[in-house]
Amino acid sequence: MGETMDQPILEVRNLTVEFPGRHGTVAALSDVSLDIRAGEILGVVGESGAGKSMTGLAIQGLLERPGHISGGEIWLENRRIDTLDDYEMEKIRGRKIGAIFQDPLTSLNPLFTVGAQLSETIRQHLNMSKSQAKARAIELLGEVGIPSPDERVNHYPHQFSGGMRQRVVIALALAASPKLVIADEPTTALDVSIQAQIISLLRKLCKEKRTAVMLVTHDMGVIAEAADRVAVMYAGRLIEVGSVNQVLRASAHPYTRGLMASIPALAARVERLNQIDGSMPRLDAIPDGCAFNPRCKSVGPRCIREQPELMPAGDGASACWLNAGGTA
Amino acid sequence: MTGTGQKMPAFTAERLVKTFDVSAPWLSRVIERKPRQLLQAVNDISFTVPTGGCLSIVGESGCGKSTVARLVTGLHKPSSGELRFAPGRNGAPLSVQMIFQDPYASLNPRWRVKNIVAEPLREMKLLKTSNEIADRVEELLETVGLSASDGEKYPHEFSGGQRQRISIARALASEPEFLVCDEPTSALDVSVQAQVLNLMRKLQDEFGLTYLFISHDMSVVRHMSDRIAVMYLGRIVEEGDTEELFANPRHPYTRLLLQTIPNVQKPNRDRVVGGGEVPSPLKPPSGCTFHPRCPVAIGRCSAEVPEVRTLQGGTRVACHLVEEKIATAAE
Repeated sequence: MGETMDQPILEVRNLTVEFPGRHGTVAALSDVSLDIRAGEILGVVGESGAGKSMTGLAIQGLLERPGHISGGEIWLENRRIDTLDDYEMEKIRGRKIGAIFQDPLTSLNPLFTVGAQLSETIRQHLNMSKSQAKARAIELLGEVGIPSPDERVNHYPHQFSGGMRQRVVIALALAASPKLVIADEPTTALDVSIQAQIISLLRKLCKEKRTAVMLVTHDMGVIAEAADRVAVMYAGRLIEVGSVNQVLRASAHPYTRGLMASIPALAARVERLNQIDGSMPRLDAIPDGCAFNPRCKSVGPRCIREQPELMPAGDGASACWLNAGGTA
Repeated sequence: MTGTGQKMPAFTAERLVKTFDVSAPWLSRVIERKPRQLLQAVNDISFTVPTGGCLSIVGESGCGKSTVARLVTGLHKPSSGELRFAPGRNGAPLSVQMIFQDPYASLNPRWRVKNIVAEPLREMKLLKTSNEIADRVEELLETVGLSASDGEKYPHEFSGGQRQRISIARALASEPEFLVCDEPTSALDVSVQAQVLNLMRKLQDEFGLTYLFISHDMSVVRHMSDRIAVMYLGRIVEEGDTEELFANPRHPYTRLLLQTIPNVQKPNRDRVVGGGEVPSPLKPPSGCTFHPRCPVAIGRCSAEVPEVRTLQGGTRVACHLVEEKIATAAE
């Protein structure tokens, strides 16, 4: 992309999130490190419970108590944000970090017009008069591809279809021109034909405005179409990062390879899909060594003893002993 | 699984219509002088499901595919039209069971798994003694890849994929010959989805099941089905052999659906995305309901509803353009 020179917008270093409970403390995230540059879309994939949404929430300071960050650092534009108090974080959310959630109906207030909701966000973060804010709201609705925005600005959320509502949510997330947008399953609730529209809109806006986007999804198709780089999570850990081409086509980790192989192919029909046996371990019962070892086809003695760290693999990194040189 | 077309169809639906009354309450209708409002969820559709095969119905939300599933299982009564099941075991019509989309909502959280799976056996009085029922439940759990001891647990102790296995075990309990599956894997992760799809294929071979498969995911549908019917706003716009439909989609809507599937192997990042949205089924467009979104619509499309035509090779399409192409070719 030619953007590798500049400083990343978001840097997460060795992030660990813990949930203390009656039966001991559970690590929901362990040692997660990632960075996103301006104008870059980082796709975060994994099965449900892998910790991908948790990573997004931790960055926004929205972890539900008693969950808390117990280790690591989060830097946004060279400012450490994981140590800020709630008041400071509130100023950052919306202004510096925009959020897009899965269900567009629940992320909009049904009692206010979309214009009122957009103006509120704009005036909260930017120094604008009411009429300026409304003009900006109309401009934003136009940017996200809503036809006749000057009319639609006075409509309520229920007057929009699912796809249009998600466009409004994107407009809300971009209202204060944030540096980073965290999009958590933004297309999961939408139909395929609408999904394609939203992905291309998100991509276009990210490139134009040079916003860093963290795209959390379980859908490899969405990743393939939208992301520049991909981070794969498993049982609260980052197990692979790399360019979209490498991770999807020449993955260095057996889990990612299994995940890719289990997607029914469009090109040809097979009698039996490739499946990864078993399921992801519960967070309170993660096996020793590599968390994936009970399901891994190329497991070796080292995998059962030692936890692999991210090691360089191709243009990215992968946490698998197979990449350590020699055998596992 | 070719050659299933020659056999007698397991299920035939003819000119099926389902209309829901979605009018405002009586009092508001009187005061505000609002007319009655009817929603045509399923509008004059006909299809057959080959015995031992799998017909999939695909379409976007609101196109009526789940209503079809509910009509077939008898959860809704059709407003008009006919449903015919072929005779199955003992000459009685095929027995039908259903697998639902959400494995979190379709299992009673307060029941042990063994009771959930045993419910159809008890309800239909298929087995008499509790020992027989317990043996059968164990056998069913093992058939779907769970262990017999899992019967003592509650649904919350299982993951999504395992819960869907429990739903499948429950559906199999009464030894059905025909299974209606309404989006059985759309709530699951891909790796788990592969496990469940493989299981369903295995059971189909083992028990000779016939599937009616409802889904919005074209790649899943391609993997599972022998024939595919594409629905749009309550109508079937195209129906044909899986391979034929993928290789040679005739209806513009089918082409749009196929184009928008993200291809993981060859991502198409720069594609031009077709505009438009699914119109409200309450106010469907005139003529062919797809015409406002159709890139190749002609004048006729907004005026006349296209008839379903059967083409060579058995594909059925409802499109004026396809019709005219055939007409010009014949001249």
